[in-house]
Amino acid sequence: MNIIVSVKQVPNTTQVRINPETNTLIREGVECIINPFDMYAVEEGVLLKEKLGGKVTVISMGPPQAEAALKEAISLGCDEAILLTDRLFAGSDTWATSYVLSQAVKKIGDFSIIICGKQASDGDTAQVGPGISMHLGIPQVTYVKKVEKITKETARVERMTEEGFEIIETPLPCLFTVVKEINRPRLPSLKGKMKAKKAEIIKWGAEDLGCDFDKIGLDGSPTRVVKIFTPPPRKNGVILKGVTSEIVDKLASELKNEF
Amino acid sequence: MDILLTEEQKMIKDLCRQIAREKIQPVAAEYDEKEEFPWPIVKILAESDICGIYIPEEYGGMGGGVFELAIATEELSWGCGGIALAFAATGLGAFPIILFGNDEQKKKYLPKIAKGTMAAFCITEAEAGSDAGSIKTQAVKDGDHYILNGTKQWITNGGEADIYTVIAMTDKSKGARGATAFMVEKGTKGLDFGKKEKKLGIRGSATREVVLTDCRVPKENVLSREGMGFIVAMKTFDYSRPGVAAQAVGIAQRALDEAVSYAHQRKQFGRLISSFQGLQFMLADMAIQVEAARAVVYRAAKVVDSGDKSMAKISAIAKTFASDVAMKVTTDAVQVLGGYGYMREYPVEKLMRDAKITQIYEGTNQIQRSIIAASLIKELKKK
Repeated sequence: MNIIVSVKQVPNTTQVRINPETNTLIREGVECIINPFDMYAVEEGVLLKEKLGGKVTVISMGPPQAEAALKEAISLGCDEAILLTDRLFAGSDTWATSYVLSQAVKKIGDFSIIICGKQASDGDTAQVGPGISMHLGIPQVTYVKKVEKITKETARVERMTEEGFEIIETPLPCLFTVVKEINRPRLPSLKGKMKAKKAEIIKWGAEDLGCDFDKIGLDGSPTRVVKIFTPPPRKNGVILKGVTSEIVDKLASELKNEF
Repeated sequence: MDILLTEEQKMIKDLCRQIAREKIQPVAAEYDEKEEFPWPIVKILAESDICGIYIPEEYGGMGGGVFELAIATEELSWGCGGIALAFAATGLGAFPIILFGNDEQKKKYLPKIAKGTMAAFCITEAEAGSDAGSIKTQAVKDGDHYILNGTKQWITNGGEADIYTVIAMTDKSKGARGATAFMVEKGTKGLDFGKKEKKLGIRGSATREVVLTDCRVPKENVLSREGMGFIVAMKTFDYSRPGVAAQAVGIAQRALDEAVSYAHQRKQFGRLISSFQGLQFMLADMAIQVEAARAVVYRAAKVVDSGDKSMAKISAIAKTFASDVAMKVTTDAVQVLGGYGYMREYPVEKLMRDAKITQIYEGTNQIQRSIIAASLIKELKKK
């Protein structure tokens, strides 16, 4: 069973600072890592391969330095890595990004499952995974916390919800986005690290992927970022105590003052 | 010092550092408190191929040597000197096989060790410590077997390991030339374990008596040949001592790191204590010693890996210097942290307890100095 895992390289958020003037991330000098949620996607892909055979291909769209993230994925057990990199991709929003990734999936061709992390720690949109499945016209299950059963044609998974979980059976091929409850990502092995060092990362640009140029980059992105700002921290709630009638009066006057 | 390392050695260092920080450091205090054997960590080391780094590739390892073992041991010991010992003491049990085993013995045992099976080396007895020549454990030949009787003491990984290298006397009349090295597998009838010792430090490591009672060992399990037991032991120690030294450097480096970070956040008299020259000089002296200790460990490991005849001396020098440094630097770290340093809530008192053993085991530092002096005199005679 061939599996495709899609990852994103992100700044290590424990180190990130915001430029107060532009309200954008200060990326200089910040270590780049695989998006933490994608680590669970990589692990799940490798676990499924170990159980069912086949291979895991990891893909990422990003600048040339995102190669490091793909090498790390190989050190963790992925077999092949493809970097989708092209100046024309710059400025892509989640719609354009998922289009590019879906073109790569089409080019890879033979696959049963695509796995993504539930969201990226920098953008937090959780849109790219579902976007890939929509571009490809295949089913998707988001927030997967357990893969229960897989046959050649179907998969049964547990999908996390706020109250509990749903059991979903889906035909394959299918796309899953996974949550951190699904597994415990392993550390790389030495053999894996050596393999990663030697690994040739395949690079595909917009032309290799046969992209429609109107659908990629800033111009191909329907999203317009109007303003980026740091929201003010939410104030702590106030708990009023005492006799009900007094509390009601106090509440009413507080609300008047506030609004 | 990273500039001295090859790409592969850097990978070993980085990976061991990651394991030490993410997996060992967070649980070190708990293992120290509970005195349990760190099997979950051993499993991680095995899955990461660390257990096999010093084992030849043809026997399932990564093909490294003492140098690679030393780099790994230092990093893991930074996380916890006791937990790292499960790995390092397995090295001590494995070197007799690597150095003296025949192809069949190597095929049988080394791939298992590379996959995370623990090994142990058994020479010390109640009345044979520094005077290893006075061991009383006996091996009597009986057809295709030897029958072993005796009690080995303070065996690291005792009870947890599956493979034991045991030094026993096959011919008492020959003295040191009458000792033989045997491989004894856990589960062999007559191989039992005494109680787990309660120790000052390295408490995440298991130390037990290994008791041999009419233990029948097939003659195929003799390492090298009859009478070679002490050569096996002494050569093994030449190879293993840089590992003890590396363990000491790891513990010392951790103590330095803890001391510097504490000194740069603790305020007294309205200033960071790191701004006081008296304390700065202490930190600087600690750093000088740790750096020098690491340098001598690297050199010793290189000499041992080269197979040079002078290895006993440099190996002993590295072990002595690094372990004395570890004791000094960890004691100073406790001093830098003051009252906090003395408390178990902070990690440095444990470092001081863990450091002490490195001056004692695999030959006390006094025995090491005898080895060094004997080498000096031998060299003089050759001139």
